[in-house]
Amino acid sequence: MRDHPLVQLTLARMREFYREPEAIFWVFGFPLVLAFALGIAFRNRGPGELKIAVLRAPGDSVIAAALDRSPALAAAVLDSGEARTQLRTGRIALLVVPGDPLVYRYDSTRTESRLARLEADDALQRARGRPDGASVRDERVTEPGSRYIDFLIPGLLGMNLMGSGLWGVGFSVVQARTKKLLKRFMATPMRRSHYLLSFILSRLLFLFLEIAALVGFGWLMFGVGVRGSFGALALITVLGALSFAGLGMLVASRARTIEAVSGLMNLVMLPMWILSGTFFSYARFPDAMQPFVKALPLTALNDALRAVMIDGTGLVRLGAPLAIVAGWGAVSLGIALKIFRWR
Amino acid sequence: MPAIRCSGLVKRYADVVAVAGLDLTVATGECFGLLGPNGAGKTTTIEILEGLTEPDAGDVELLGMRWGGGGAADRALRERLGIQLQETQLADKLTVAETVRLFRSFYTSSHTVDEVLGLVELEEKRAAWVGKLSGGQKQRLAVACALVSRPELLFLDEPTTGLDPQSRRQLWEVIGRFRAAGGTVLLTTHYMEEAERLCDRVAIMDHGKGIALGTPRELIASLGAEHVVEFALADGAGRAPTPEELAALPGVQAVRPGPDRTALTVAAVHRAVPALLGLLERRGAELSMLATHHATLEDVFVSLTGRQLRDA
Repeated sequence: MRDHPLVQLTLARMREFYREPEAIFWVFGFPLVLAFALGIAFRNRGPGELKIAVLRAPGDSVIAAALDRSPALAAAVLDSGEARTQLRTGRIALLVVPGDPLVYRYDSTRTESRLARLEADDALQRARGRPDGASVRDERVTEPGSRYIDFLIPGLLGMNLMGSGLWGVGFSVVQARTKKLLKRFMATPMRRSHYLLSFILSRLLFLFLEIAALVGFGWLMFGVGVRGSFGALALITVLGALSFAGLGMLVASRARTIEAVSGLMNLVMLPMWILSGTFFSYARFPDAMQPFVKALPLTALNDALRAVMIDGTGLVRLGAPLAIVAGWGAVSLGIALKIFRWR
Repeated sequence: MPAIRCSGLVKRYADVVAVAGLDLTVATGECFGLLGPNGAGKTTTIEILEGLTEPDAGDVELLGMRWGGGGAADRALRERLGIQLQETQLADKLTVAETVRLFRSFYTSSHTVDEVLGLVELEEKRAAWVGKLSGGQKQRLAVACALVSRPELLFLDEPTTGLDPQSRRQLWEVIGRFRAAGGTVLLTTHYMEEAERLCDRVAIMDHGKGIALGTPRELIASLGAEHVVEFALADGAGRAPTPEELAALPGVQAVRPGPDRTALTVAAVHRAVPALLGLLERRGAELSMLATHHATLEDVFVSLTGRQLRDA
């Protein structure tokens, strides 16, 4: 059994991988570093105090004191030159110019500035004696699942499946080709299907480690849970890994040099890094682009992963994205087998 | 039944004819050498025989079988062959034993890993990474991967190119042991010494054609003399003798003028050399170099093509 060619080929794949410290880092370490850094940078701490300023003029101190009373605002009194610079560079969100009428100077395209305008106006109107019409009470919630890190972890999972699928398969195949190892294998009775299957098998074995590392990290560090079933998550990741292994096979099917295959990989991956909603929602792209964006395998995979991890959606309702993922894999592998350069 | 029989092999690439009509027959148990300079078509020929390159024309028969397009019959034939390719780099991060075991897994009947490492004397390196081996050890590992299937027919493409003399001799011993066990070998080389030492018969190739075929002894004997005298003259001193004058010297069979030296094929050194020295003295010419050696396959190649083998 251990001497079955498929076992030996798969073992060779795995040994070559885990004896390469750089590969370990890029597959396991890098996504964790990324998740950690982004999780810290975008942790939910609320908007905090908005920095605003009052222009130095008669009556400025009264206005500044009124503004400071609002917990959402931090007001300073500035000379006009300094105020203009700080407003332009975004260090203050709003400038209040004393006078009658009061002037609010701000950039209305900035969310922060519009928020500052509302808060400042509210504080000043109250200070001048405007009564509140209704009594209100704030109830704050921080729902796990709605934070940025909850959005990010499934995206990183998808991106990692893409990266290790393409690099893991594509790089090894082309390396074997440039070193004439592929040709040497062709000089033995080895079955070609065993060679290709060994890539898929070793991918699947490492896959579980990759997922466990990232999902476990998200859970321990940030409390990112999996709302759906682990079975569904496993199935989707396996499908994603197979699909990207197929794409990797296609990318590597003809290339004769590492440089050529690296270029092709980046050509394939770069659009998906940007478009497929790994770091931010692809809904931000114009409507005209949406059909194209949604047809990308990483978009579909990310959608399916988020549906299971965040919304707890069952597999049955994920037919469409999973079909896209599977379709990409099957078509890529089909073409790859037709045009594969075996020497 | 011969181990290898091929006829009319032709292989063209875009702008060059690599093999231009080659016929070969290698008997079972024989060690046959394909000799020639780089670019003579040796590697293309051996890869056509190995079923790795499709010939444009010609017929190949190995061990009574023919290549048939990649199916079960081809695999059955591959089971009986051992192949070492010129440019293969085995995976650096696998150990010697892991590499042999990987290749072993492709064959139904094979040596154990220990047996084959014993054959190539790499037992001590069994746990070493391939990337840490010396050139000679890597080459013996490549041969181990070829031998692991207990092949009947072993193909070696320039097995000792770039190796130091000791590593080369170690590989010769490996090949010798394989032959002693009844195996057939086809090897390519551009080392004449290697061919003379290992091969029962050699074919000398040039520009994709076989230009001579025979045992090393026969080929050397075809020069008509067993010794070669080479000399060069110092610049500007006296008049150099013409080839006709040299050919007329006693015991000289052939004259090959070259750019930096002239070579004479001679039957008897003790008669030719004094005569040569006498001639040069009469001309007032001064020697800058004089050497004699037993005729080799190298001299056969030079006499057939007018070029040196190494820089041809």
